[in-house]
Amino acid sequence: MKINNVILRTVAKLVFFIILTLAVYLFFAGHNSPGGGFSGGLVLASALVLLFIVFDIETIQKGLPIDFKLVAAFGAFLSVGTGFGALIFGDNFLTQAFDYFNVPFFGEIELTTVTIFEGGVALVVVGVVVTILLSISEDE
Amino acid sequence: MNNIIVMPMMLPVLVGIILLFLRPYVKTQRTISLLVFLGNIGISVYVLQLIQQNGVMRLDFGGWQPPFGILFVADSFAMLLVLSSSVVAAACLIYSFSSVKPSFEKNFFYSFVLFLIAGVNGSFLTGDIFNLFVCFEIMLLSSYVLIAFGGKKRQLRESIKYVIINVVSSWIFLVAIAYLYGVVGTLNMAHISERIAEVGQTPMVTVISVVFLTVFALKAGLFLYFWLPGSYSVPITPIAALFGALLTKVGIYAMFRVFTLLFYQEQQITHTLIGILAALTLIGGSIGAVAYKDIRLVASYNVIIAVGFILVGLAVATPSAIEGSIYYLIHDIIIKALLFLLVGTMIAVTGQTRIDEISGLIKNHPLLGWLFFLTTLSLSGIPPLSGFIGKVLIGEGTVAAGSYVLLALAFISSIFVLYSLMRIFLTSFWGETIISKDEEVPAKKGWIVSTCILALGTIALGLGAEPMSVYVQDAAETLLNPQIYIDAVLGGN
Repeated sequence: MKINNVILRTVAKLVFFIILTLAVYLFFAGHNSPGGGFSGGLVLASALVLLFIVFDIETIQKGLPIDFKLVAAFGAFLSVGTGFGALIFGDNFLTQAFDYFNVPFFGEIELTTVTIFEGGVALVVVGVVVTILLSISEDE
Repeated sequence: MNNIIVMPMMLPVLVGIILLFLRPYVKTQRTISLLVFLGNIGISVYVLQLIQQNGVMRLDFGGWQPPFGILFVADSFAMLLVLSSSVVAAACLIYSFSSVKPSFEKNFFYSFVLFLIAGVNGSFLTGDIFNLFVCFEIMLLSSYVLIAFGGKKRQLRESIKYVIINVVSSWIFLVAIAYLYGVVGTLNMAHISERIAEVGQTPMVTVISVVFLTVFALKAGLFLYFWLPGSYSVPITPIAALFGALLTKVGIYAMFRVFTLLFYQEQQITHTLIGILAALTLIGGSIGAVAYKDIRLVASYNVIIAVGFILVGLAVATPSAIEGSIYYLIHDIIIKALLFLLVGTMIAVTGQTRIDEISGLIKNHPLLGWLFFLTTLSLSGIPPLSGFIGKVLIGEGTVAAGSYVLLALAFISSIFVLYSLMRIFLTSFWGETIISKDEEVPAKKGWIVSTCILALGTIALGLGAEPMSVYVQDAAETLLNPQIYIDAVLGGN
């Protein structure tokens, strides 16, 4: 059944970017206030799920040829890797480091290794959520 | 800085994740996972030596000092268990090389085995009670996947039961932790112990300890073992061996840790309760072991008898009984893996699961038969095999404590173990050979190698009881004197 969903598609294209912006905002807000890798990742995943629902799975997979299982695996690797990274510098396992840098245009910003860890968490969430939803949708 | 003590958990996690990328390369996956377990064996032996020199070791994650951060604590008890779990994992892995279908191997089989072992080792090493819950969950989530590998109807039915039981018991675990946190206001186990010691073990704390007892009894199969025989008899052989050897032992470990470190003051309530449950477990397990003709069920009921037996040691809690329990725990990890592998091999070779349908195996498989006989002797505690020393010490402990009922039940259960396994040996290995050699599936080399490794393990553990005793005595001393553990964690800040 092919339904005419021009409005839905047009709105989805627009909303997709709004959701992505919110995801990025939540991700970085999580450093000092509510948010973080998990919620940021969930919002990011919901943006992808919106695309999968509005367009069909084949179209999206053609445009975005990513194995989401590997996305989750890469995220987990990144998170665990930051734990092991501390060992290289002779610190306790999972030790985090941060420092302030002066970057032109942005001014002083704080860079931390927690962000890498959180990025890993976000990727795991995206990978797992999309994999679960795609596996469920395969069953007809 | 003792980063090495996090390795038995994190090395399998890291490698398990890397293996996700190596999905099509089965050979590489096999080699790397085996290397991880061999590495863990080396690490745990090394750490055991370090503990003898420097005392209990700890690692504060991220440099956060206890009691605020989470930490790993390595004492002799934990490291002995990590060592035996690594040995068993390596042996089961070798077995699975030649028994697991390639389609499973390509579906992240080795990753999940690594995650399972990571959860088991993490539970042994953690010094934080919430972290214990997390490690339990890592172990259980992997076991949910592994139990269903194969996708047979019977497997799915049993795995649904298994998942539901464990989700419910995990929930009770979480509630128990919340109660405890509400009362003492900390999650660090050494800190909890210190705070309970300060105010005395109030009735409230004792009630919470019974909630913990319920959870661990469900996980370990202490009296609440109704789910165990079904669940442990359905997975593919190497996984059944890992489950039978390790999963209940983690529950037993948690019980030892919690009732020697945290709730040790009201022994007439808590330890009496453990004693009653252990006695009922011994009775129920013994009846089950002789009641069934399915050899997988007989093996599963033998797991239950061992759980009861080990906890008799905790119930009487004399030094020699605790020492005996530690010996028996290590022995049981190795011998239960061996038993499950042998039973699985018997089924794989003949295609039958009931003892009256298998007969005369020893003609075509002499080594398998004698290994089974060795296992029987070791499980029933015949010297010089590894079951002997544990049984003697637990017996000594019960006599010293005057618990003659537990003593009698513990040793009568050994006779039931002997009977249930001798029955398999007599009917299945002796007698007329009903299946000709051509009809049988030939036993593969990997099966023989892995079972021989474990058989050597039980002989070595029996003969090496004397050199082992240094470590076991140290482990028992730490368990009986919580102050050693507390000083190692909270001292030196």
